[in-house]
Amino acid sequence: MVQVGLNQFLIVSTILFSLGIFGIVTRRNAVMVLMGIELVLNSANINFVAFAKFGNFGLSGQIVALFVIILAAAEAAIALAIVLNIYKTFATVNVDEIDKLKE
Amino acid sequence: MNIYDVVFYLFAAITLVSASFVVTTRNIVYSAFCLLFTFFGIAGLYVLLGADFIAIVQIMVYVGGILVLILFGVMLTNKITNIQIKSGTLQLAPAVIATALLAATLIKVFLGTEWKIVKTEATDKTTAFAIGRLLMTDYVLIFELLGILLLVALIGAATIARREK
Amino acid sequence: MTEALLLNISLAILLLPLLGFVTLIFFGRKIPGSHWLETGIMLLCLLLSVYTGFGKLAYYVGQNLIMEGRWIQFWNVPVLGQIQMDLGIKLDNLTVIMLFVVTLISFLVHLFSVAYMKGDARYTRYFAYLGVFTFSMLGIVLTHNILMMYIFWELVGLSSYLLIGFWFEKKSASDASKKAFLVNRVGDTGMFIGIMILFTHYHTFTFDAIFAQIASGNLPFHSGAWLTAAGLLIFMGAVGKSAQFPLHVWLPDAMEGPTPVSALIHAATMVAAGVYLVARIFVMLTADAMLTIAIVGMVTSFIAATIALTQNDIKKVLAYSTVSQLGYMIMAMGVGAYNYAFFHLVTHAFFKACLFLGSGSVIHSMHHEQDIRNMGGLRKKMPITYYSFLISTLAISGIPFTSGFLSKDGILAGTLAFGSLTGHWLIPAVAFLVALMTAFYMFRLVILTFHGEPRDRHKYDHAHESPFVMAMPLALLATLSLFFWYGANPINPGTGWFLNKWVQTPHTVVPQAQRFDFMKTETTETEVEGNNKAVAGHKVAEAEYITHSEHYMHAMHQAHYPAMILSLFVGGIGIFFSFMMYHWKKIDPDKIAGSIKPLYNLSLNKWYIDEIYDATFIRGTMLLSKFLATFDNKVVDGIVNGTATVTRFISRASGIFDNVVVDGFVNFTAYLSGLIGIFFRKFQTGKVQTYIVMVVFSALILLFIFRPFF
Repeated sequence: MVQVGLNQFLIVSTILFSLGIFGIVTRRNAVMVLMGIELVLNSANINFVAFAKFGNFGLSGQIVALFVIILAAAEAAIALAIVLNIYKTFATVNVDEIDKLKE
Repeated sequence: MNIYDVVFYLFAAITLVSASFVVTTRNIVYSAFCLLFTFFGIAGLYVLLGADFIAIVQIMVYVGGILVLILFGVMLTNKITNIQIKSGTLQLAPAVIATALLAATLIKVFLGTEWKIVKTEATDKTTAFAIGRLLMTDYVLIFELLGILLLVALIGAATIARREK
Repeated sequence: MTEALLLNISLAILLLPLLGFVTLIFFGRKIPGSHWLETGIMLLCLLLSVYTGFGKLAYYVGQNLIMEGRWIQFWNVPVLGQIQMDLGIKLDNLTVIMLFVVTLISFLVHLFSVAYMKGDARYTRYFAYLGVFTFSMLGIVLTHNILMMYIFWELVGLSSYLLIGFWFEKKSASDASKKAFLVNRVGDTGMFIGIMILFTHYHTFTFDAIFAQIASGNLPFHSGAWLTAAGLLIFMGAVGKSAQFPLHVWLPDAMEGPTPVSALIHAATMVAAGVYLVARIFVMLTADAMLTIAIVGMVTSFIAATIALTQNDIKKVLAYSTVSQLGYMIMAMGVGAYNYAFFHLVTHAFFKACLFLGSGSVIHSMHHEQDIRNMGGLRKKMPITYYSFLISTLAISGIPFTSGFLSKDGILAGTLAFGSLTGHWLIPAVAFLVALMTAFYMFRLVILTFHGEPRDRHKYDHAHESPFVMAMPLALLATLSLFFWYGANPINPGTGWFLNKWVQTPHTVVPQAQRFDFMKTETTETEVEGNNKAVAGHKVAEAEYITHSEHYMHAMHQAHYPAMILSLFVGGIGIFFSFMMYHWKKIDPDKIAGSIKPLYNLSLNKWYIDEIYDATFIRGTMLLSKFLATFDNKVVDGIVNGTATVTRFISRASGIFDNVVVDGFVNFTAYLSGLIGIFFRKFQTGKVQTYIVMVVFSALILLFIFRPFF
């Protein structure tokens, strides 16, 4: 095994990122799409924190990661509220069935 | 081969395997619980990177807040009477190709770049203090704005999701 | 009595009938009694011509009076240089005598027609046609150049056509008129070629100028053969107009016209125009040409006489008799007896006109019966007609004390002289044989018509003498057939004033090599010379009357009495046989006809000449025209139709190409657009996830293009 360095963390975050994209693109259920979005955000977070450790940034990376987490939370709340609304309107949360603008 | 690497690989494996389960399983609830494990794995990676405070915040916010919220969403938006809560996939082939290529390209880019690596010593002090002080000094504006943002999000979510009379 | 006066009067004589024609054609119906106007014009012309003739023959007998003016002048014709054509009138003795003959007979015919044609629907038009004919005939007689003569020649042919086909409702009449015109045309073609030969070489049409050139040794194209050819070709015109063999076929058919027309045109004047033409060109005829002319005349007179023996239509007998007598005149010209030929022309005009008018009188009183087998015994009913007819028949048979005796006797003497001088004895032999036949068939005609018992009682009872206007011309013409008008001596015409002073054979201008031996110039010849006088635009030419060579005169004198005795003998035989067969009925004509059946049929059917022409020329022309018509229909129309078919084929192919290819291309373009549209539509799913995939792909592509990492 290689000595763990920045590259390995980056590789992990990249794979996580592509898995997140895969989830967004592939999933039918709106909530599952949100899960994919969370994965993407998390991969970005890993990047930030990794560069905070291995780069010349001090703790800025960790601060940003903190902010990202906060924003992710806010966004998840709003998104789920919207999904609930959609469920109320369309009686389904399959993204390919939500194709009308108005009732 | 030191313990650091082994632990890293362990947490990396947990994260990645769970993440793959998150995006491949058809059952939403399975998917949600695998997301839980993914978050935990990421928290572990944070610890390995010396960001202990962030790790805790990750667990508190993501697992305790967001995941619960997601589970609420799952439960509220599916017909509970149906035991098997399944979901289908869309456009599998293009997605696989796109993501595979993306991953491959990015990894190649990363591996090909010469990073200027600055070795920082491991300390026994927790980073919470440092983060706290930074928050109040260098990043106080963002901190305040985030507060407002959270307020707005709160109100907004409540407004959106409330029952129409 | 100046020359200018005479010339102007002759111009007036020429133009007055034309004025009459124009008046009658346009205003004939509207003016009552317009036929008397025309007859009056003719009488005026007659008196003027008598005056002119008297003036000329009394005062200017030795001179020719000429009036001419320039008609057309071409200054610069390529190859030929300068060309001019003149119009002109020439009065010489021949001309004034012919003037008198033509106007007199025309006037008498006009008188006769007043009663004969009474009641006809186109009465005034008839007189108009007679007027234009007289004008044309006078033009031929008066003109001094051969081009003008040709123009009037054609006009005479046209008038003949109009008059023969006067009753054009009858198909036989219209066919006969067409036949006359076409057969004349054949002759006219030869005449025109002859005129052109002369004009091409001499660049002039005037007779005197041409003859002067020939006399000075300038032959057409410098060869005597061309001179012979020119003479013979111009003679062809005479062959056509004077109904010589082989162009004689139109004259018997021309009897379809009214009988006065036959008298005027086909007995006295128009057919004489051919003889007049030969007289005009007599001086330029070479020996070969003259021999040919004599033989043509001989053959013609023989054939016509044999046909006349068996004919039963009174007018047909007279028509063939005319052809035969014309053959006599042409033959006389050919043997060199110029003056006797012209003499016979004058006498024949009078007695043949009398014969035709007499037959017209008979036909009129028998209510248009023309077959002599149905006549008989008319002499008691129509005495004036009978006696005039009889006198004219005596003239044509050559009985003494008639004018015909003198002229015919002269011709026979001329042929005898010719035979003794050149050794061609066939010509006089045939001439005497024809004289025998002439006497025979003419008296046969008289006996069958006027003597014996009437064979058709009904018509005989209704027959009557003709009215005065018809009987008077008959009597006058009969009187003119007697001898005393032409000389005091009833036996020898050579001593009379007609032949001695007025009409003499001109001296030929043909070079010595081309002449008969008896016409070659001798040193004992004397010439009469005149001198030139120019009188205010009119020229008086030198007189050219020179006596014959001594040889010929001597031979003529020697032949004169034998000819007379021989002609009296054959005439007597002919009359005797005709009386024997038809009056005393001692010999049966039918038995003789039966014993020589093939010859009889040959004679009755006109020697089958019409049938031969039909089988050869007519059929040939019809075949050619049928071939050309088929060619035009099949080939030319075929080409045109073929072009149309090709065009339609090309247009159909083009249409198909347009439909299939062009439309196909357009449709294919639309189809291609549709395919591409359908293909690309699949990208627009409306789903965000699809777009995210596309974004990822695009980002990757941009990464690989710009390569920011390597």
